[in-house]
Amino acid sequence: MKQVKLMKGNEAMAEAAIRAGADAYFGYPITPQSEVIEYLMVEEPHKRTGMQVLQAESELAAINMVYGAAACGKKVMTSSSSPGISLKLEGISYMAGAEIPCLIANVMRGGPGLGTIQPGQSDYFQATKGGGHGDYRLITLAPSTVQEMADFVDLGFELAFKYRNPVMILSDGAIGQMMEKVYLPNQKERLTNDEIIKLYGSWATTGKPESRSRNIITSLDLKPEKQEIHNIHLQEKFKAAEENEVRFEEIQCEDADYILVAFGTSARISQKVVQLARNKGYKVGLIRPITLWPFPKKPIAKYANKVKGFLSVEMNAGQMVEDVQLAVEGKAIVKHYGRMGGMIPTPADVLNALEEKLISNK
Amino acid sequence: MTEEIIIAGFGGQGVLSMGKILAYSGIMQDQDVSWMPSYGPEMRGGTANVAVILSNERISSPILNEFDTAIILNQQSMDKFESMVKPGGLLLYDPNGILHHPERKDITIATIEGAKEASALKNKKTFNMIVMGAFLKIHPIVKMDNVHKGLEQSLPERHHHMIPLNEDAIKVGMAKVKIIHDLKRIAVEN
Amino acid sequence: MTTAVITPEEIIKKGKIVFEKTKLINDGALSYCPGCGHGVAHRLVMEVVEEMGIWQDTIGVAPVGCSVLAYEFMNIDMQQAAHGRAPAVATGIKRVFPEKFVFTYQGDGDLAAIGTAETIHACNRGENIVIIFVNNGIYGMTGGQMAPTTLSGMKSSTSPYGRVVETMGHPLKITEMVATLPGVAYATRQAVHEAKYVRKAKKAIRKAFENQRDNKGTSVVEIVANCNSGWKMTPVESNKWLEENMLAYFPLGDIKK
Ligand SMILES: Cc1ncc(C[n+]2csc(CCOP(=O)(O)OP(=O)(O)O)c2C)c(N)n1
Ligand code: SF4
Ligand SMILES: [Mg+2]
Repeated sequence: MKQVKLMKGNEAMAEAAIRAGADAYFGYPITPQSEVIEYLMVEEPHKRTGMQVLQAESELAAINMVYGAAACGKKVMTSSSSPGISLKLEGISYMAGAEIPCLIANVMRGGPGLGTIQPGQSDYFQATKGGGHGDYRLITLAPSTVQEMADFVDLGFELAFKYRNPVMILSDGAIGQMMEKVYLPNQKERLTNDEIIKLYGSWATTGKPESRSRNIITSLDLKPEKQEIHNIHLQEKFKAAEENEVRFEEIQCEDADYILVAFGTSARISQKVVQLARNKGYKVGLIRPITLWPFPKKPIAKYANKVKGFLSVEMNAGQMVEDVQLAVEGKAIVKHYGRMGGMIPTPADVLNALEEKLISNK
Repeated sequence: MTEEIIIAGFGGQGVLSMGKILAYSGIMQDQDVSWMPSYGPEMRGGTANVAVILSNERISSPILNEFDTAIILNQQSMDKFESMVKPGGLLLYDPNGILHHPERKDITIATIEGAKEASALKNKKTFNMIVMGAFLKIHPIVKMDNVHKGLEQSLPERHHHMIPLNEDAIKVGMAKVKIIHDLKRIAVEN
Repeated sequence: MTTAVITPEEIIKKGKIVFEKTKLINDGALSYCPGCGHGVAHRLVMEVVEEMGIWQDTIGVAPVGCSVLAYEFMNIDMQQAAHGRAPAVATGIKRVFPEKFVFTYQGDGDLAAIGTAETIHACNRGENIVIIFVNNGIYGMTGGQMAPTTLSGMKSSTSPYGRVVETMGHPLKITEMVATLPGVAYATRQAVHEAKYVRKAKKAIRKAFENQRDNKGTSVVEIVANCNSGWKMTPVESNKWLEENMLAYFPLGDIKK
């Protein structure tokens, strides 16, 4: 039987990293995600599984430590919150270019700048539209429960290695700080060096034996003809991910006149709004994107001709709403409701917005 | 059954750990639970609060604008949360340090002299369990044997010898709670 | 010599001011924990700026750390920098305003971890600025994580069993390090937890600002301070612990003058 515990999202993610058989974690303290590294330091995973944990001198250093370790074919993770992720973007772009798998968690807070330490979702664009330089994509998973904070670690690593690309868990301060019941996954063995060579020896810098030519990890090609070919190869991977990796949840959409679209904490709030709205006699449903990239365009488009409108609920000024609009292609009204700067909308706020922006507008 | 609770007071009163013990007790009886704290350095010596939900169903929003129960341990929290108790709900508070007592007529209001009883027990740290006992007397949402298991789970092993003391404190709370405005006509035997 | 005894009544009597807060520290409560060393360090910097009569020409740079709000408390023009980047920000200010007085006010995490590169290179260029470096051996702001200056064996939330130097590195004496750079005119280590140290620290800060006036290069004033919250001690305990442990590893005095 799986072990059940009451844990903070940040702690559950840290424990899940150990249990996923991660080889290393590199991080730097920042509120509201410091519990990840604090938990790992208390747990001493080097004693449990041999996993290494290091507090770096900055997020720049941390992401580059990830670069080095992950390029050896190891399962490596880092986490931070918004300002720290901005520092990591350079490294993330390099890793996408050099095709290095790794897992990055962003426990978002309100921005821009130093902003606030309270929860936010204003790094949606940063995560899903690039953020760093160059044509790349980040597979982005959006947990909305502590359970998913744990579950998406293993899933994240799996996708990272499948596509040889960084994967991001895009969470926020509320889910990071909140405690919920969580069923912890069973311990996975860490891969041995031999296994790593067998699985990833074709690209990882594991030490060159006589039997193969050297492996080079780089994102550089000075010849534009060759760099373009590399870019086309990356785009093919991203296309495959778009076809195969879309994940989402649908709640009471079958008969809905109005559909809320929300992820993470906003999706939890919106679940309550669905209940409250239905109590008032409005037929409301919820689509919760689990992968923010690739975005669940088709599942949303499916309802475009059936409903009277969509409301994108976000803790930002309106970011995901653009993807909802692209999916709907003008076939239905799409509105946005958001709070910013670390403010969390209450279910009542969202219900009001739904009534004002969509229902009474009819 | 779903019970949505806000516990609010000063940092250091054991607000967060009371919520944690309640939540763990809920897990022990197979419920879904969530525990959503206020966080950050601004809490240093300032206010602390936590929203705790216990439910037999999947919990939707951990962020709430109204509560079934408010457990209030200082004036600032009274000012903030009195109006957020659902009509028919419960407001339990420690009158110590409260200047403006709640006046709503559409909710049940009860008091527990937590600080006073804790100093009678000669252990300030029992404060939060006394208050929790008072709450459980009025709303027995978790069974005492599950509270015992919840204490075992939420306290580190080295503090397990404190469990009997905590349970005694809960009993004190149960004995000393006073109903001020009885909406539900709950009989509390003193 | 007779010592003048001042009665409380005399203190209250109008006109008998025995201490006055510098006008460069704003009224209102500081956001620091009671007993924290940051407050005294703020006061000393502002007293020096006031006494030298340079407040209209002084621009300060606040870090990210507990002193992130230094700009709220210091009644002069201030900028707030990203975490660790204050020396680079100060460089920018000084390059366009060479006649102004520019100082950074940074914690150990800010200056000696995430901002190490900025610190070293500003010092190496000999930027004509003052760096006030409050070393409390911990990340106070974020809740007591290990800092580059956390002592060997010292507990923090990310070294819960004590700092293990073999894997976490040694407590960094960055002031000694930058003292080796030709660009650094003055490097000193001071403390503020007792009156006798406060007096010396103020002299050091004064000297640093005078160096800037005389175009001598970078002046680094490290202030070893307590963080009672982060160290999980009462203010009194933390001062004692500072004296016995921090000062043993981070000895006070001028490193380069
Ligand atoms: C890029 C980035 N990473 C991390 C943080 C979180 N953070 C805020 S203050 C701080 C440490 C401050 O410690 P120190 O410089 O020693 O100052 P103190 O609070 O001890 O005075 C950290 C890690 C941040 N704000 N920005
Ligand atoms: S946490 Fe430490 S450094 Fe920050 S204000 Fe409190 S005592 Fe001072
Ligand atoms: Mg510090």
